Amino acid sequence: MLEDYIRQRLKERGILLMAHVVVGYPDLEASFELVKAIVVAGVDLMELQIPFSEPIADGPVILKANQSALAAGLRVDDCFKFAHRVTQSFDIAFLFMTYYNIVFKRGEDRFFAEAKAAEIRGTIVPDIPPEEGESYLAAAAAHGIAPIFILSPTTTPDRLAYLAGFGRGFFYCVARKGITGAKTTFSSELDEFLGRCRKVTQLPLALGFGVSRKEDVDFLNGKVEIAVVGSQALRVLNSSGVEAAGSFFRGLR
Amino acid sequence: MERPGYYGGFGGAFIPEILVATLEQLRVAFEQIKNDPSFWKAFQSLMSTYSCRPTPLTYSENLTRHFNGPHFYIKREDLNHTGAHKLNNVIGQGLVVQRMGKSRVIAETGAGQHGVATATMAAKFGFECMIYMGEVDVARQRPNVFWMEQLGATVVTVRDGARTLKDAINEALRDWATNMDTTHYVLGTVCGPHPYPEMVAYFQSIIGSEAREQMLGQVGRLPSRVYACVGGGSNALGIFQGFLGDSEVELVGVEAGGKGLKSGKHASRLASADGSVGVAQGYKTYFLQNDDGQMLETHSVAAGLDYIGVSPILAAYHEQGSIRFEAATNEEVLEATRLTMRKEGIIPALESAHALACVFREAPQMSADDVILINLSGRGDKDIFTIADALGDESWKRFITTKAEAYSA
Ligand SMILES: Cc1ncc(COP(=O)(O)O)c(C=O)c1O
Repeated sequence: MLEDYIRQRLKERGILLMAHVVVGYPDLEASFELVKAIVVAGVDLMELQIPFSEPIADGPVILKANQSALAAGLRVDDCFKFAHRVTQSFDIAFLFMTYYNIVFKRGEDRFFAEAKAAEIRGTIVPDIPPEEGESYLAAAAAHGIAPIFILSPTTTPDRLAYLAGFGRGFFYCVARKGITGAKTTFSSELDEFLGRCRKVTQLPLALGFGVSRKEDVDFLNGKVEIAVVGSQALRVLNSSGVEAAGSFFRGLR
Repeated sequence: MERPGYYGGFGGAFIPEILVATLEQLRVAFEQIKNDPSFWKAFQSLMSTYSCRPTPLTYSENLTRHFNGPHFYIKREDLNHTGAHKLNNVIGQGLVVQRMGKSRVIAETGAGQHGVATATMAAKFGFECMIYMGEVDVARQRPNVFWMEQLGATVVTVRDGARTLKDAINEALRDWATNMDTTHYVLGTVCGPHPYPEMVAYFQSIIGSEAREQMLGQVGRLPSRVYACVGGGSNALGIFQGFLGDSEVELVGVEAGGKGLKSGKHASRLASADGSVGVAQGYKTYFLQNDDGQMLETHSVAAGLDYIGVSPILAAYHEQGSIRFEAATNEEVLEATRLTMRKEGIIPALESAHALACVFREAPQMSADDVILINLSGRGDKDIFTIADALGDESWKRFITTKAEAYSA
């Protein structure tokens, strides 16, 4: 189970790192090399984003990577094959991140069955609130995959409690309003928000959106169990390549 | 009973958590105005003093004669302020924004008509305004970009994806996810997450209730058929709502046939076999997408119809069979535009001309006693470049060339 994996890893370190990779960007082979470099650098979990043509929760950096992968002809089939390959090659937890239409069009049961076969442990789908997700949740449960839900600073206390009921694995807390890729000023307001999240759930908390430096990870150590690093790693990849992206993660600890 | 925001299994609110509270606030604000009898009066009064509501119903004698009957009646949304039906929705949402106490509005636009309407409303109500518009549409609807800017709006050119309406919507949603405390997203059509389809349909129902009363008062009968073009579906639902209870009235929605339904270059989600059910931009409906669920590039001579999705409310009526959907090609649309200008002295928007094109195709099979009602959703001034190009107008080309030379001198 994803939660057990996280608890186990936490015995060895104060805070885990979750990386994010857009499958097929810059191309399939390069994204495999990227996964390898990041795993070797010591991350604990990784989101594999299945590109979607309308990624409304993503900012320009990840958006452009999605478009570029699709323009090169990437198919969802390729992403499942890719997932299988990386889970066979590396011993950390992999999750799928995508948008609901990708799951819906494949068929929810088929999507989760194939994800299970590829040894994917969780899914992060930002545009499926539980209200719309009855069959999505059922399919995830049937195949033993953790559907990760997002908690935001705008989420009301009542709704936090409601969302908590659907939690598996961990919760993904977003540090601020907005989309991926923008700057975040980490402040004491964050403590208050995380306090509200802790009130409703015993599950580990991950924090993402704007985590980009060692100082950010240090700041989060002791506050959350997982720091999520997305756009900044992609920026490093874009400017300096695969090896630099690996070094970037090494530098976060 | 279906959950609120659902129509025959379509609709819903598939949105990131960060926007849930904001949409809930909007839902509550809309609920309040719907239950406040003074609201509709205030809305109507503003629309009759700031704009030209009720818009006239015009009997088109020459077209009627040209086709040897049926009788053509045109609902003149082109005479609404800013030149299209879009202002109905925008003023309605503007009043909601005032109640919510927000100070900034954002909107997507394709043809630029919704953008101009939003910029106009923002100027009148004193809101800050930002309009997102795909790069392709900025180029083909340049006059509207000029007017939006003159009205005080900032126009942001969207260079991602297909660089059309859907990409402008994505960008507006991203802005909203960041700035929702001060900002309201004025969505321009009956699409998107709940409560937008219901709310926009509510404001646009003013077209249908006027048209029904005018038909009965002026003509003394209901129409045999009502035609409207369908982009997202707001002008169509606006007029159709006046006649949905009348089984003797046939409702026809006309989508963009582009270069033909077999060409793959069109925007017919319901009239073609290419659309399939999916979830994007916050709602479930028929989309033009591939097997993986990636959205396809759409095509139409009319920027306002050049869109991947269609109203969940229309998708439900389509499945029930209570609205018929057809497509008109670019070529038919240009021909219909020319005929309407020459016969009636009316310059239709290229979007609206889709409804006319379908009527002209079907009129010869109708009886001379039939009465046809057409929703002319907007005027065509904005399309001057596209129409001039399509008609290959030589004197216009010379004018533009001379003008360009003068600028670069
Ligand atoms: C004149 C006109 N008609 C129709 C449309 C299509 O929108 P809808 O289907 O929401 O009426 C547009 C959109 O830009 C428009 O400008």
